[in-house]
Amino acid sequence: MQTFRGGVHPPQSKYTKDKPVEKARLPKKVVIPLHQHAGCQAEPVVSAGDMVKTGQKIGESKAFISANVHSSITGRIESIKKGVSPIMRDGWCVNIEGDGTDEWFGSKETADVGKFSPEEIRQKIKDAGIVGLGGAGFPTHVKLCPPCDKKIDTVIINGSECEPYLTCDYRLMIEKSNEILEGLEIIKKAVGAEYGYIAVEDNKPDAAEKIKSVLKNKNDKVIVLKTKYPQGAEKQLIKAVLNREVPSCKLPLDAGVVVDNAGTAVAVRNAVLENIPLIERVITVCGSGISTGKNLLVRIGTSFRDVLEECGGLKKDVWKVIMGGPMMGLSQFSLDIPVIKGTSGILAMTLDERPVLQERNCIRCGRCIGVCPMSLMPNMLGLYSSRFMLEDGFKYNPQDCIECGSCAYVCPAKIPLVQLIRFIKGKKLEQMRKCKI
Amino acid sequence: MEVKNNNSEAIEHKLDVSVSPHIKDKATVQKVMLDVIIALIPAGFSGIYFFGIRSIYVILTCVIMSVISEWIMQIIMGVEVTVDDLSAVVTGILLAYCLPPSVPLWVAGIGAVTAIALVKNLFGGLGYNIFNPALAARAILVASWPVAMTLYIAPKMGSISLLDGIDGITSATPLTLIKESYNYLADTTNLDPEKIVQMKRNILDLGNKDLWLNLFTGVKGGSLGETSNLALLSGGCYLLIKKIIDWRVPVTFIGTVLIFSLVLGRNPVFNILSGGLFLGAFFMATDYVTSPVTPVGRLIFGVCCGLFVVLIRFYGGYPEGVCYSILIMNMLVPAIDKFTIPKTFGY
Ligand code: SF4
Ligand code: SF4
Repeated sequence: MQTFRGGVHPPQSKYTKDKPVEKARLPKKVVIPLHQHAGCQAEPVVSAGDMVKTGQKIGESKAFISANVHSSITGRIESIKKGVSPIMRDGWCVNIEGDGTDEWFGSKETADVGKFSPEEIRQKIKDAGIVGLGGAGFPTHVKLCPPCDKKIDTVIINGSECEPYLTCDYRLMIEKSNEILEGLEIIKKAVGAEYGYIAVEDNKPDAAEKIKSVLKNKNDKVIVLKTKYPQGAEKQLIKAVLNREVPSCKLPLDAGVVVDNAGTAVAVRNAVLENIPLIERVITVCGSGISTGKNLLVRIGTSFRDVLEECGGLKKDVWKVIMGGPMMGLSQFSLDIPVIKGTSGILAMTLDERPVLQERNCIRCGRCIGVCPMSLMPNMLGLYSSRFMLEDGFKYNPQDCIECGSCAYVCPAKIPLVQLIRFIKGKKLEQMRKCKI
Repeated sequence: MEVKNNNSEAIEHKLDVSVSPHIKDKATVQKVMLDVIIALIPAGFSGIYFFGIRSIYVILTCVIMSVISEWIMQIIMGVEVTVDDLSAVVTGILLAYCLPPSVPLWVAGIGAVTAIALVKNLFGGLGYNIFNPALAARAILVASWPVAMTLYIAPKMGSISLLDGIDGITSATPLTLIKESYNYLADTTNLDPEKIVQMKRNILDLGNKDLWLNLFTGVKGGSLGETSNLALLSGGCYLLIKKIIDWRVPVTFIGTVLIFSLVLGRNPVFNILSGGLFLGAFFMATDYVTSPVTPVGRLIFGVCCGLFVVLIRFYGGYPEGVCYSILIMNMLVPAIDKFTIPKTFGY
């Protein structure tokens, strides 16, 4: 079976696998950060006191790498002020008090892909404020604007969902397989790609079967991959599906590929064919600290507290609340954090799941090297980083670390390798940027 | 609803914020060491079975002295006491296994202190020592008490007497015998025809399947824990299955000895089954701290260890070369690691 080198096998814990997506309650109020991803903040186009409708633009992207933001409910803008977003940056947030009517702004029209030129597709995606729903939240229209000297021949829809617990993409593949394929055709058209692949891990055979059964285009194929973390990391996915290696510090488009996750494909389809901006997304709420795990369709800006309450609230001895999966997600210090476009899940873990944390000396077991999907030497990077021997550490290519956490997961000495490597990676990137100027 | 609210508020103040990954593999240094200890148990029983109850005393002396010296050294050096990681226990057992069963207990004790205090802790403790502590200590003991360290007793199966147990007849190990035979034949001044026939017979006997079986099960003279290849192999397989050790080192190590014995016209089966090859290949050369971390480095390490064993056994002054070959290669580990850095993805 096709796969990549390295990787780990954490317990899958896909407890919410058989829970169909439910529509969450309409939130009474939402907090919508204007900055939800790498890149620039959107500029607010409304002000406190304004009335807004569901789907109305409230933040506009001025810079190239940025995305529009829309109101996810109908109501009154209470304030625009600094607040915390789940990605730990404090930035400007639009607070909206809902009036409960949920009236749509503008009209939802339906159209056919054939009608649009690639340029129009990109514009529609940009207008709808679509970002990658996998977690990093990179603006999708930027991804779909390859420089003209780069020929894109393949689009891969990432349905691998390799993070434990998360099942939102799996549910989408089962419930919205047609929409995913329509999204794929739109993305292919936008970048002029010929082939489309839907990559699914072999622990979700029913999802693969479901998509196969609705495939129409003969240039599209479902690829079943070995279940392994981080199968869904872009570079690893491209290696597994096409056996192409994205060069260091380059993007998938340098290998002629665009990768979008299954949820993003659905969002793209809705934006282009029905004019629906990205105001809601499916998230998985799961973990031993939650009474009833669910897959929920949640409005952006709903607080974690509201979402958790809808799932029966937290159990007593919750230790961590995480946005995203347990391998790469971010632990949160508050429940007043809003769901953003990149929120793929909310996990609550109880104390008894807390791993051993006591750190020991590196025993040179080499496990971290064996599992690193980027073939780095995490032990050396960790060592040099912890001793501030940056120049020595730079030789081990920290800039290529994708921060997947596989090394820290397997380390028997419980060395916080990801933190250490992130530090030296940052320093190396700084140095590289300086050199370029 | 109210109750739930209170609950989440109370929890909120205690939420832990730390960076990913939020789940970790269950493996800890302690569990890894425990697995090594489990894997070493069969060989211990074979030692007791073949060489008597005295084997237990030797093992206990080494383990207890190792643990105590680790504890004292860490206090003296003012570092965190980490005896609970069990690495000192492993060192103690390994040291005992490569001593002759008849070794005086005080020699064994000195060996354990040397291994832990000198070879391990003075270099910075677990993770920082250059040499495998057990092997380095054995080498020092051989140099200091050569007679006590080369006095091997013949195995007497199942003779579990509570007495000292050194009453067994001293005997040469198979490797010593063969070395002597080859040396005798190579020296053209030796003309005693009877002896020449005897020596030739010794060498011819190597093809004997019964001898192979004895060598495999452990009916031979040798160090306490190295004689039973069967026991060592089962422990080694346990470690391989549990992914504690990498197949690369033992396979290339043993494979190289096999191939080069063949190439050099010696009996390959005899050569891999005798001496401490299995103990060395599965338990000493795979020592994390003193072997390479990179996959390619491990291949090189295993092959070179095998080469040195062959060179020392066939052309060196000692009949047995496992200990020294691993120690020599230990020194080269930093260099091997440096030249075998894997090619990063995307280059
Ligand atoms: S070094 Fe980076 S890329 Fe490699 S396993 Fe660790 S986190 Fe993942
Ligand atoms: S996994 Fe941990 S203990 Fe093992 S080599 Fe890597 S950093 Fe060292």
